[in-house]
Amino acid sequence: MWNVAVSPACIGSGVCAGSAPGHFAIGADGRSHPPATPVDPDDAILGAAASCPMEAITVTDADTGTHVDPFI
Amino acid sequence: MTLQDDALALPLPPAPSIYHPTPRLAELRANRPVAEVTFPDGSTGWLVTRYADVRQVLIDPRFSRAAAAGSAASDTGIALVATDSILGMDPPEHTRLRRLVAGAFTARRVEELRPKVTALVDTLLTDVAARPRPVDLVEHFSLPLPVRVICELLGVPPEDQHVFHAWSDTIMSDAGGDPAEIRAAMGNLAVYFGKLIADKRATPADDLMTALIAARGNQDRLTEQELVNLCFGLLIAGHETTANQINMFLLTLLHFPEEYARLAGSPELVPQAVEELMRFVQLGEGAGLPRVTTEAVDLSGVTIPAGAVVLTSMAAANRDESVFADADRLDLSREITQHLGFGAGAHHCLGAQLARMELQEALRGLLRHLPDLRIAVPDAELRFKTGMIVRSLQSLPVTW
Repeated sequence: MWNVAVSPACIGSGVCAGSAPGHFAIGADGRSHPPATPVDPDDAILGAAASCPMEAITVTDADTGTHVDPFI
Repeated sequence: MTLQDDALALPLPPAPSIYHPTPRLAELRANRPVAEVTFPDGSTGWLVTRYADVRQVLIDPRFSRAAAAGSAASDTGIALVATDSILGMDPPEHTRLRRLVAGAFTARRVEELRPKVTALVDTLLTDVAARPRPVDLVEHFSLPLPVRVICELLGVPPEDQHVFHAWSDTIMSDAGGDPAEIRAAMGNLAVYFGKLIADKRATPADDLMTALIAARGNQDRLTEQELVNLCFGLLIAGHETTANQINMFLLTLLHFPEEYARLAGSPELVPQAVEELMRFVQLGEGAGLPRVTTEAVDLSGVTIPAGAVVLTSMAAANRDESVFADADRLDLSREITQHLGFGAGAHHCLGAQLARMELQEALRGLLRHLPDLRIAVPDAELRFKTGMIVRSLQSLPVTW
């Protein structure tokens, strides 16, 4: 399982919500939030993390805490 | 009344000035926020004008770009290019390409470029200040700045500008309604980039094109045609928009002299001024690239059926009073807002952070070098290129 987190650097571009809709949603605060975490591994999450203009998305292995996102 | 009579004919009448969108958009936003429209060829679609709805259309994957290929609203050059490119794809195909290039345009990477951009701004404006007045700002500043930045980032020789600029202009226009001319320009750019890519393969460099070539070699993550299309898409997107946004920012600031004076007196306002100007200025008069619904979707109480063409008006959304108080007023001290000047969702402007930084440095440079700048001709004498999808000035004579 992966833990998914969005940092306060998020500007609400919606790139992640558009590219991995099940895994990110824009909240009432205009920022992105993962609706559920931890989640089963899915390449769309890594694609969203790599596409984030603010490098605000971190993805870690829920058991080991090891980074699996592209910004390590 | 039949649906046909009730449908709104596009395009909307032109705006009465370059500083505000046509008042028809405000009427639509208030009374028909999801309006059925007819295109010039007689086909129908929907125009969305409220901020929340526009943002949803841009982010919600039920509004597909891929499904919009070849729709009636897709006859501009940029839409033709878009159909063959990342702009015409949906996730996950879109993500496969976007993730390859996004890393070069993150806020962190863009900050690393800032000192070089500041130095380039200083060089260009020192040259401008030494010229006999009036000076054409397009030729000497607003165009060369973004061209040199994107050329360096991508690895394109900036001295080739005279070669690719006319093709770029054609692609950003309606080419007088002749799609063959647009396809010819696209073909020329593809040949140009094919040769550049061959050169980079032989002699790799520290630039984005070389990185994309490596991505193609490594696990075949993009096709040769995708590689070429990405490169020329980045080149076009990277300069025409920013160049004309610099022009529009300056025109708008000088049209509201009290706001310009405020900025000149408080240059620390530059970052939020750029966001407010992004919200306020209409770089393009028309709607964004069309989407097509993959299923029926309810928006503001209207059911848009499956398979419908949907257009979004960023200009209308950015003037939505329910989100931006006193929305028709330019207020450079407005708290930074989530305007839709860069779009939203999977296709949110790839170069948004780069454009922000260039616009900030351009404004700072103009305030620093030419604090008494003014436009040398009245608005009525400003000459815009015709048929362009962004407001594109032929020249901008300035004096001081």
